[in-house]
Amino acid sequence: MGFLTGLFWFVVVIIASMAAGWMFRAAAVGISPRGVAKELKTAPLTASFGMLMILIYIVVAVFAPLIAPFSETAIVGREYQPWDSVHLLGTDNLGRDMLSRLIYAARNTVGIAFVTTALAFGVGSILGLLAATVGGWLDQILSRTVDVLMAIPALIFALLLLTIFGTSVINMILVIALIDSTRVFRLARAVAMNIVVMDYVEAAKLRGEGLWRLITREILPNAMAPLVAEFGLRFCFVFLTISALSFLGLGMQPPTADWGSMVKDNATLISFGDITPLLPAGAIALLTVSVNFVVDWQLQRASGLKE
Amino acid sequence: MSHIWIMIAQRLALGVMTLFIVSLVIFLGTELLPGDFAQEILGQSATPETVAALRDRLGLNDPMHIRYINWLSDVVRGDLGVSLANGQSVSDLIGRRLGNTLSLALYAAAIAVPLSIMLGILAALFRNSFFDRFANASALTSISFPEFFVAYILIFFLAGAGGVFPSMANFRGDPTLAEFLYRAFLPAFTLTLVVTAHMMRMTRAAIINLLASPYIEMARLKGMNPMRIIVKHALPNALAPIINVVALNLAYLITGVVVVEVVFVYPGLGQLMVDSVAARDMPVVQGVALVFAGAYVLLNLTADVLATLSNPRLVHRR
Repeated sequence: MGFLTGLFWFVVVIIASMAAGWMFRAAAVGISPRGVAKELKTAPLTASFGMLMILIYIVVAVFAPLIAPFSETAIVGREYQPWDSVHLLGTDNLGRDMLSRLIYAARNTVGIAFVTTALAFGVGSILGLLAATVGGWLDQILSRTVDVLMAIPALIFALLLLTIFGTSVINMILVIALIDSTRVFRLARAVAMNIVVMDYVEAAKLRGEGLWRLITREILPNAMAPLVAEFGLRFCFVFLTISALSFLGLGMQPPTADWGSMVKDNATLISFGDITPLLPAGAIALLTVSVNFVVDWQLQRASGLKE
Repeated sequence: MSHIWIMIAQRLALGVMTLFIVSLVIFLGTELLPGDFAQEILGQSATPETVAALRDRLGLNDPMHIRYINWLSDVVRGDLGVSLANGQSVSDLIGRRLGNTLSLALYAAAIAVPLSIMLGILAALFRNSFFDRFANASALTSISFPEFFVAYILIFFLAGAGGVFPSMANFRGDPTLAEFLYRAFLPAFTLTLVVTAHMMRMTRAAIINLLASPYIEMARLKGMNPMRIIVKHALPNALAPIINVVALNLAYLITGVVVVEVVFVYPGLGQLMVDSVAARDMPVVQGVALVFAGAYVLLNLTADVLATLSNPRLVHRR
């Protein structure tokens, strides 16, 4: 019987989210200018649902202080209070309001993941494009260095570097950005390699365009589509890595609210059949699923993949 | 036959080379560690004389390249130094837990690899059907889940109140094989769920890529049944990418093991590493990282060789 009710709710949730996606798409098509609306119409329901979710996360993260009923770090009750009308999701292991921390964590976790991804992306794609355009010894040095860095599994390397430099938020951002920039470098270089050999790039070189202009005006526009899709995927990886590190107690430090460490702190409740600790983990999963749905749509569109 | 051995020897040399560079990176880690290694061992209360004596004994006054060579020759002989936290030999610490981690990874692989290849073949066979779409969507979803989320969901449903499986991997005493399989089921199943999706998707993609080729069309026109076409004709040619993605995921298992071990309090290398990172116990972290990196390099190497062997065109190059 438990299985059947579970299945029922599963189907209800799927249908509800599809309906939300459909409504969001209809609304978005209605209010956006014609060019954008045409693109949006092609979005599958999964992607519309993804976009809606991403929008909600951004709103929650930006307006966290206005939405949250309590402060991020204040102790407002006993430990592990159950759900009631004051503390909608109960309290955590120190008696802080769970819902408020969940809302503030959107700001902290997503914000830090975004900064890290942007950093990894800036460094990786600039170096990758540079390596492909200049070639020769610069390409050799950069590519071999990246090969070496990629020979060590990412999480293990991150743990090693965190031991060396100590665990703090800044160190975590830098370490993960460094590790992920190697992956971005690989992609940016591979994409740019195919563009550099084009005739129009040759023509631009002969015209006497400088290196910077060559990269930003000639190569980058044509490499943009795969790079944007990669940004979405990279964000998911970075986000999951940061959550994993925080979960292991090596990422964000208390009392900062963060989804990974919130799971860790309240995990004991799970064995008593309370799902509260699963909520922050679910928040992580929902965001990555949403981003993946949108990226999947963009990739299909860019490659014209229909099978 | 001989050029196969030459190829394997070349790859092996490359692997040793990579490991050498990795060991260099790991060694440089200690160099960058702020503060004095000898001071760190003895603690704040040590007199300058004892610190100086220890520095001398550990050879910390030698130039860097000599220390690297000494360290490397120790590592090759199996001596990874002494833990800063409890003074135990790092090799002993790792040796005790390596078996646990390897058996967990093997357990997960033994379920995940056949399962995902089978699902991938089925998805390719019934492509664009409901089954295929469902498999695809769930694959995309499970890739996006953090490992600990999957683990806790499993604990919530399969352990805890009225659950069937233990939520903590307890290895007190010497469990028999059946007992081990039972106690380690949840961690192994978590790892399986995490890696299956990716392997399944890639298997499906590798097979579907081939379905457009003329020889498959020929087989279809002959009236061969679709299952036979895929298994007998498409699969052998799709083997190289499948082997690669399997190896990639086995390598991923190695890192995934860290988080899962912490969730289930599984006495393996990952747990040891996390504890040591928190305590900044550099020799232990170095040792474990070296073991993980070694396994990673070895897996990629094996995949490379196997993928090459599966394709006669690559074996008889030139």
